[in-house]
Amino acid sequence: MVAIIRKELADYVTSIRFLGFMLLVTVLSITGLMAAAQGIRAANLPQGIVFLGLFTTAGVQVPIPSLSYLVSLLVPLIGIALGFDAINSERSSGTLSRVLSQPIYRDSVINGKFLAGVVILSIMVGTMLLLVSGYGMRMIGVPPTHEEVIRLFLYFVVTIFYGAFWMGLAILFSILFRRVAASLLFSLALWLFFSIFIMLIAPAIANALVPTAEGVQAEVVRNYELQRTILLFSPNYLFQEATTVILVPLVRTLGMVTSSIQPYWLRNPLSLGQSILVVWPHITGLISLSAVCFAVSYILFMRQEIRAT
Amino acid sequence: MSETLAISAQGLTKRYDGVTVVDHLNLQVKANEVFGLLGPNGAGKTTTILMMLGLTEPAEGSVSVLGFSPTREPLKVKRQVGYLPERVGFYENMTARENLRFIADLNGISYNEANQRTDEVLKMVGLTESEIMEALGPKRKIEKTVGKFSRGMKQRLGIAEVLIKRPRLVFLDEPTAGLDPKGINQLLDLIAALPKAGTTVVLSSHQLYQVQRVCHSIGILAKGKMVIQGAIDKLGREALAGGRFQIEVETENPGEKLIKVIRGLKGVLGVEAKGNVLSISTEADLRRQVSKAVVENNYPLIQMKIQEFSLDDIYMKYFREE
Repeated sequence: MVAIIRKELADYVTSIRFLGFMLLVTVLSITGLMAAAQGIRAANLPQGIVFLGLFTTAGVQVPIPSLSYLVSLLVPLIGIALGFDAINSERSSGTLSRVLSQPIYRDSVINGKFLAGVVILSIMVGTMLLLVSGYGMRMIGVPPTHEEVIRLFLYFVVTIFYGAFWMGLAILFSILFRRVAASLLFSLALWLFFSIFIMLIAPAIANALVPTAEGVQAEVVRNYELQRTILLFSPNYLFQEATTVILVPLVRTLGMVTSSIQPYWLRNPLSLGQSILVVWPHITGLISLSAVCFAVSYILFMRQEIRAT
Repeated sequence: MSETLAISAQGLTKRYDGVTVVDHLNLQVKANEVFGLLGPNGAGKTTTILMMLGLTEPAEGSVSVLGFSPTREPLKVKRQVGYLPERVGFYENMTARENLRFIADLNGISYNEANQRTDEVLKMVGLTESEIMEALGPKRKIEKTVGKFSRGMKQRLGIAEVLIKRPRLVFLDEPTAGLDPKGINQLLDLIAALPKAGTTVVLSSHQLYQVQRVCHSIGILAKGKMVIQGAIDKLGREALAGGRFQIEVETENPGEKLIKVIRGLKGVLGVEAKGNVLSISTEADLRRQVSKAVVENNYPLIQMKIQEFSLDDIYMKYFREE
């Protein structure tokens, strides 16, 4: 399996695709830094979580989205780009049967590809976080606290799992479809659905099922809860909620809070343990999603016939 | 030729979606011979090969390849068996050498050893640096990737890849497809030399002439069943002459006397005269006795030949009966 990982890594690193994504990562880091430069002063974050503001503040005068939002949009694309032609391109070029007739277990092919993809993903996300951390520290002059470092690391891990989910999905499509174009289109369609369309559909479904015409508070709450339940099916939404809570310790709950309570809230950050508690279901959800995706691809690949035609 | 079996299959069966592709196939391949697997398209040749490699599981029956079961011990089989698929493909963005090194890596061959073997096999198949330069022109390394290779060069690289693990048994699926006559000859010479180096070859093809040139024995498949199997010369006699030998002798004005003498020889079953040619059917190869009889009776021996059976005849006979 080491041989396959080595070959896949060499393939990725020398490919144009990798170069393009490295460029994208650089642009992303610069954009994030610019957004933070614009908005971090206005955000007026309490002491101890200022450094995290580098990743979460959006531009104020010029609307530049925050780095964490950009990441939530683009990590799936990197994942899809790493996986969409994993199996079917090897099948159509006739290399799969040659590799499988070597003395290796069949699963090492798919394991090796998946692991190599995770390594590349980690390199990209790691590069971005380190770039922003380094230049950001120079820019704002505030070093991270221990807790912030742990939060950032947690963010890194969750992002990798999120990317791994999309890569797993793309690999699954590359096993199911014989043509590279089909697997790419299906992966992109799902990405589009979960990142944009579900945001439009969820309110529509919620309003149809629980109309809020009379403005009764109980109805409004139920409507909101239903909307959120639908949105939570989207891994993109899961990831956004999870990383918001991890990176912005001021967020105390993801549920609905009545306006009568809000004035009594203290504007102080949650401790790390409490933040994790809030998004524990999200994190387990994301991890299990990527695990399920990989498991399904694994089983399908193991059972699939290897015939060239 | 030793009599140990490299492959022995009993009742091998494979079904795809209820359609039986290979139907209770029995197959024996002796060690150190070239075995030709023949049959029309869709007869189940490739499926049979995949089952013997452990890439596809048989629905019924059992195979033993070099003493191992490909279903239960696939790695032990694959370590000693090379496979050249019908549509051979390489990583087109890598050079020939890099492709071979990857395969060596998958076989757990050390880096230095792999380099040495790469040189060795590339030389065997005629794809050394200078030969590639000659075919592609003097270009930079990046432009000498396999993507630039011609069909024939890829096919030769495929053979090199099969040989790099020094296999005891190789499966070649349509190895000559798409090659020019010169390439075919080189490839056949290479294949014919393999048994001497201790490698058994199983060759699937429908190029009968080529198979006849290199194969010691053949098996003909039709609709997933083994129609006939055995050594080529023996098969020809059984199929076409009822197990007899046909000897043709050309002489001058053969008389009744000569025919009588020949008929009297032990093992001769019948003599027919057509002008100057006598065709004699016998139980064994009696060329020596027949020629002696002709000369001793003062007839000139102009030409004598024993009828050879071409694979075409055998093949066509079995498919005419279908």
